[in-house]
Amino acid sequence: MDKVKEFKVVNKSVDKIDSMQLALGKPSFVADLVPEDALIIKMLGSPHSHARITSIDTSAAEAMPGVHCVLCHENSPRHLHLTAGQGYPEPSPYDTAVFDYKVRHVGDRVAAVAAETAEIAEAALEKIEVEYEVLEPVLSIEEALRDGSPVIHDEPDVSHPLPVPFQPEKNIVSEVGMKEGDLDHEMETADYTFDHFYETPYAQHVPIETHVSFAYLDAADRVVIVTSTQVPFHCRRIVAQALGMDVKKFRVIKPRIGGGFGSKQEMLLEDVCALMALRTRRCCFWQLTREENFRYGRTRHPINFRLRTAMTAEGVLTGIGMEAVCNTGAYGGHGLPVVGCCGSKVLPLYRWKHIDFDAKVVYTNLPVGGAYRGFGATQAYFALESQLDEMGHAIGMDPVEMRLKNHIQEGEGSPVFAALGEGKAGVEMTIGSCGLSECIKLGAEEIGWGRRTLPEEKTGRYRRGLGLATLMQGSSIPEIDMGAASIKMNEDGSFNLLFGATDLGTGADTVLAQIAAEELGTTVDMMLVYACDTDLTPFDVGAYASSTTYLSGEAVRKAAAKVKAQILGVAAEMMNKPIDELTVRDANVVAADGSEVTFSAVAVYSLYERNQFQIMDVASHITHKSPPPFSAHYVDVVVDTFTGKVKVEKYVAAIDCGTAINPKLAEGQTEGAVMNGVSYAICEEYLFDSKGRMTNANMQDYHIHSLRDKPKIKTILVPSYEDTGPFGAKSVSEISINGAAPAIGNAIFNATGARLRRFPFTPERVWRAIREQSTVPSPSPEAVLSI
Amino acid sequence: MSVEKAIRIQLNGESREFNVTAGESLLALLRRSGLTGTKRGCEDGACGSCTVIMDGAAVNACITFAFQAHEREVWTIESIGEYDDPSPLQKAMVEEAGVQCGFCIPGIVMSVKALLDEIPNPTHEQILENLDGNYCRCTGYEKIEDALHRTIAETSGEEPQWTR
Ligand code: FES
Ligand code: FES
Repeated sequence: MDKVKEFKVVNKSVDKIDSMQLALGKPSFVADLVPEDALIIKMLGSPHSHARITSIDTSAAEAMPGVHCVLCHENSPRHLHLTAGQGYPEPSPYDTAVFDYKVRHVGDRVAAVAAETAEIAEAALEKIEVEYEVLEPVLSIEEALRDGSPVIHDEPDVSHPLPVPFQPEKNIVSEVGMKEGDLDHEMETADYTFDHFYETPYAQHVPIETHVSFAYLDAADRVVIVTSTQVPFHCRRIVAQALGMDVKKFRVIKPRIGGGFGSKQEMLLEDVCALMALRTRRCCFWQLTREENFRYGRTRHPINFRLRTAMTAEGVLTGIGMEAVCNTGAYGGHGLPVVGCCGSKVLPLYRWKHIDFDAKVVYTNLPVGGAYRGFGATQAYFALESQLDEMGHAIGMDPVEMRLKNHIQEGEGSPVFAALGEGKAGVEMTIGSCGLSECIKLGAEEIGWGRRTLPEEKTGRYRRGLGLATLMQGSSIPEIDMGAASIKMNEDGSFNLLFGATDLGTGADTVLAQIAAEELGTTVDMMLVYACDTDLTPFDVGAYASSTTYLSGEAVRKAAAKVKAQILGVAAEMMNKPIDELTVRDANVVAADGSEVTFSAVAVYSLYERNQFQIMDVASHITHKSPPPFSAHYVDVVVDTFTGKVKVEKYVAAIDCGTAINPKLAEGQTEGAVMNGVSYAICEEYLFDSKGRMTNANMQDYHIHSLRDKPKIKTILVPSYEDTGPFGAKSVSEISINGAAPAIGNAIFNATGARLRRFPFTPERVWRAIREQSTVPSPSPEAVLSI
Repeated sequence: MSVEKAIRIQLNGESREFNVTAGESLLALLRRSGLTGTKRGCEDGACGSCTVIMDGAAVNACITFAFQAHEREVWTIESIGEYDDPSPLQKAMVEEAGVQCGFCIPGIVMSVKALLDEIPNPTHEQILENLDGNYCRCTGYEKIEDALHRTIAETSGEEPQWTR
């Protein structure tokens, strides 16, 4: 493709096409569309972390007036499946039943009721009598791996669709690793070596819309599922598998989604809605309460790291050994792909010669890990970027210089790309576009890096610190993910643009419309976007792995190019001119001599006048690369050394996402990810009691940041051009959640001299670290009283 | 079954009668009456997505009993703007890219309306106070602040008291 850098529609901040609809509050989301007479589903969640259901009696519940169906393991089909939406066959185990005779975490499915009202359904749940044999729970990574530990998945029918080292008898979901060079030797001989442990917490996406779905039988007796999902096609496949029915029985429709961030890359409600609809022949509606969303919804995987690194006295990075143990909770879900991304999206950022990567995923009886924006890279960057800061400090090298000296450049590759894929080897790749040096420099200027002083130079109760983290991610999963789009022309010159990609609030529908309009030579208001409906729209793997703009966007561009060729063909016939003299411009076909016909005239001709046919085409796209976006994140924080409270005052994110198809939306993606990252770094954490029950499962106690908590955020878009992406684009959505924890941790060190290897950076944790590690004086008793 | 009670609400400028049960929330009543613009995010008074205006004040409809709205004036997002005539804030939200998934937006629009009806040119602290209970997980609030700033300048006719 030519490097088109002058654009008419792309690289412009056109209004997001659905935003007025949403700002007006028009019915747009699943819960707004549910028919009035739908039955309401409520779930009985497990009170235990680990137990066998020895008996379950639903007869009293079933006998209640207004109750239409009660489901539990005794009356539901058993086809073990995976709830995570991934490429097929998946790199993850089939370890989940629609309802099981065993429960594996607090909140796990025990039974569900469909009734005329929510009150009746809730009353019916209380009438279900369950007897449990309570089993010893496994509540940490260490316990999971201990010899003789209780086996969480001891069901005989558990299996894995791919040949990976799946060892449920040891609570091990999978293992993955790679080796390059000789790290052990390097650790013995290098000028400087470092070896530390890092931990990351359980945290959640907390989309403001909880999981929600409804299902009904249409007049042809097919099951229509309307659901808030990032993966409509995977959802259709998984529901069919879970219920042991044909894919053709199901139609999945995705309306607007009230935020996902990865949580809705999962089939969590749809199987039950479908089964209830089949049993009752009524529309059945299920929305999780906020508490259920915390307990039964998905989380970010907590991961423990040991990180060994080596460098020369001049600050050249030479060796890295990353050991990662990932807690996936009660079900395998996204564990292996997530922990794989700790390596594949993180290690290639610097030019290591010696690499050891060793990762494991374990089951525990805690909430289930899922896909969450950043997807493993977030956790691993905390370890890597914290340690890099420490390495620079050890030799008195500025963190900016350290990164400029070592980061990967255009034209370079990494052995990691070929070694690590999803449940199989990866794909070799050289970097085609990298604006990271520029990001680092512009970000440093914006934050005022020049005023940074060293920890030992600070005084007083409130201490200011500056911190930096640099990052990369990917754009789609090469040679696995596929996206497709179709475009059909109407007689007024408008186009129906249909694709399977799912806008979960990101603005993907708008971005894809811009790409189509640019290629077709028309405007966004002439693109009628419809997505996604598995009966009508072409396939797409869905919204994950930072793939929609890069992968689905190129499918859209290809479809548009094919439709454009048809338009030119019709115009050539109409104008009696050779096709190669024609081009498109402003919704017209223009000839070399300046004569033109409108798109509308072309469409009318093709539909009504001569040699009629529908101008329409479809295109699919897979990628052979996953070009990383790059970013440099800077923070300016003030630490109250008396209380340990950390205030983030300013945040700068400089990002190279290739061509920003819609700059304001790209900034919005960055700012939203940054803010989510800051909240995660400062205060978000699941808390558990000794039995593994989450104790803060509500939005008062699990705090997410509000407007008041927001630092001043400055986004700098640093353009580069990625030849393999549509109009030079790469991804933007995930990368910026990865920076906050390490950058803030580094700033806390810069402010106080205390290094925290675990977050969230709560006042208590920071206060303790300051007292234990640094020479910052404790406040006098009088000062304490005045706080 | 619980007993129903008849109440009257001055809803979006119209007097309407409803039969409600004692435990029914205003949110549930609105949504079952077809006013689905008011969103359900937590049912716990903790997210702000159900914000409506009752007798001039922004309230969380999920923790307001429907009967509490008896003989009172309630305004929901459906009363604020249409495609051909959006409110200045809705227009600014669209043009400044303050809407991502949009689930939080009706609640934010109502909270801000209650504030600006009373204080046309609030301080930044008053805005933080007002929006503290309205969570948005998508935008990082930056573009929402852009839209607010622009709206205040437009509707108050004054320079806002805070800078972007
Ligand atoms: S739904 Fe009312 S505050 Fe969340
Ligand atoms: S736009 Fe999604 S929660 Fe605010």
